[in-house]
Amino acid sequence: MAAEIYLNVAVSGLLTGLVYGLMAVGLSVIFGVVRVVNFAHGEMMTIAMYLAIVLFNGFGLDPLIMVVPLAAVLFALGYAMQAGIINPFITRPEHSQFILLVAMALIIANVLLIVFGPDARSVQTPYSFDSFLVGPLIIDATKAYAGAATVVITAALFGFFRFAPLGKAIRACADNYTGALVVGLNVKRLYALTFGLGAACVGAAGSMLVLLVDVTPALGPALTLLAFIIVITGGLGSMPGAVLGGVLIGLTEAMAGLFFTPSAKSMFSFALLVLVLLFRPQGILGKRPS
Amino acid sequence: MIARMLDGVPGRGLAVLAGLLAVLLAAPWVANDYVLTVLIIVLYSAYTGQAWNVMMGFAGQLSLGHAIYVGLGGYAAAALYVHFGVAPWLGLVAAVAIAAACGAVIGFLAFRFGVGGVYFAILTIAFAEFARIGFDHFRWVGASSGFFLPVANYTRNDLWNLRGDPTMFYYVMLALTVAAFAICHVLLKSRIGYYWQAIREDEVAARSLGIDTFRYKMYAIVLSAGMTAVAGVFFAFYYNNLFPEQVFHISRSIEMILGPIIGGIGTLFGPLVGALLLTGLSEAMQELLTALRLDVPGAKQVFYGLCLLVVVMALPGGVWPWVAGKLGLTGPRS
Repeated sequence: MAAEIYLNVAVSGLLTGLVYGLMAVGLSVIFGVVRVVNFAHGEMMTIAMYLAIVLFNGFGLDPLIMVVPLAAVLFALGYAMQAGIINPFITRPEHSQFILLVAMALIIANVLLIVFGPDARSVQTPYSFDSFLVGPLIIDATKAYAGAATVVITAALFGFFRFAPLGKAIRACADNYTGALVVGLNVKRLYALTFGLGAACVGAAGSMLVLLVDVTPALGPALTLLAFIIVITGGLGSMPGAVLGGVLIGLTEAMAGLFFTPSAKSMFSFALLVLVLLFRPQGILGKRPS
Repeated sequence: MIARMLDGVPGRGLAVLAGLLAVLLAAPWVANDYVLTVLIIVLYSAYTGQAWNVMMGFAGQLSLGHAIYVGLGGYAAAALYVHFGVAPWLGLVAAVAIAAACGAVIGFLAFRFGVGGVYFAILTIAFAEFARIGFDHFRWVGASSGFFLPVANYTRNDLWNLRGDPTMFYYVMLALTVAAFAICHVLLKSRIGYYWQAIREDEVAARSLGIDTFRYKMYAIVLSAGMTAVAGVFFAFYYNNLFPEQVFHISRSIEMILGPIIGGIGTLFGPLVGALLLTGLSEAMQELLTALRLDVPGAKQVFYGLCLLVVVMALPGGVWPWVAGKLGLTGPRS
């Protein structure tokens, strides 16, 4: 009996972790190519979550169906942010970029506060309480759908970077900025595309996460931190690493919530992060920095 | 000592400095309670900014988790005072020791294993968040429901126990800020300051010149942590309450470093100018929005964010180097 509880919690943590992982993939893609740490990542995620809620409450559009349209909306937002504001900062020192993105995070969070108010919002879908019975396991239907969607999206993104010419061009910018310029790539446009793709991951993850957690305008920093932990645990710049990190963090938090108190669960994620940073700074699947 | 401190400062700069100090010393006689409270916040931000600047501005190590030192310092002194009746000035010693030790641990782990740049910054956030959640479950100091210092009506200012009216706190904070300013000025002109700047500019080159970069980075983090802890003690005794969600929160760390970056990172006046500008901006915005009846929650922060955006886009080096250049206040080194 007891073993089943652990197994159920583990599966639930794993599926939630996959959605976290997709959010982290966005951060990882952005940092891996543009070399800017997106401190507004969580705030962009809350934008996606609020859009999903508005679409659901106003038009009855299921957040799982809105994954692709919301990814497109966030792609446009990300592209505009990079092309309009961040591009001049790519050669500036880290602290300068940091202030820029913190300022954007501040603006996003407080515009959301003005528009939606401080109360927590959530959505209730017809399948909110459905579950699948797989042997002794009870799997929450929402989490199963979200987890499956995450796997599909990450695989598609991975394929894009590996095989599509545009994906290869983006990887060329990441590998060698000057080299990419020399062979005639429009690096600034590719950077904007990359930021857009990272934001699209956030859009997709946000519209799924809204099914799993309540959203408030102040949720941003917690999500940003979560994305940092995942990405660094898995390896900054590594997409499989980000997914693996998400799953690990999801599992760790679920288990910590079971064994200790749920309010202390993030402490274990931070402990995991500190251990990884100290003993394998490049992350579990990251490449050793040259 | 004094001669060395004044060495290389242009006459106009000295005059401005003396004028500023005179204004600040006289402020409590003319300012009302509101202005005094704002000035305390300005000085507090200037002090913490100066402390953070030692690490980032001088030695080039980006810490985004400085709230941990404020929190540890504040909690240490407050716990000693509440549980054992230890006066804050004695508690300060313990507070600084604890925060400096914590800084040493973070620095040792990070610098030994070659964790730098963005990774170091996120490691510092991780430690601060770890402390926040840890203190949320630390019963001895009230856990998440907060830790309170006894508040009573004080008929006279008790400087030894830091119980008294805002004017006393104002002068304490002014003294701390002036002291931090002087210490940083001396440090910048000493061997250690030059070593730090060498590390900041190019760590590999610094090491190849024979500088023990690990040791000097350790000095920077320990000193910065200790200085920040002093601000924590002030925070605890001025506000009389400590909540882990407040003191350790990442937004405290961010507020702390906005001032020096906006003011001008690595400069002595940067933290002061930044604190003055940002606090002034924040208060002015509040007044303006109230006057325009636009005072909805969040409106102030949106404008604040927009101003930050404009400043950081227009003046990459910060406000002070630009102003100093215009006024001809820069000496051989600003």
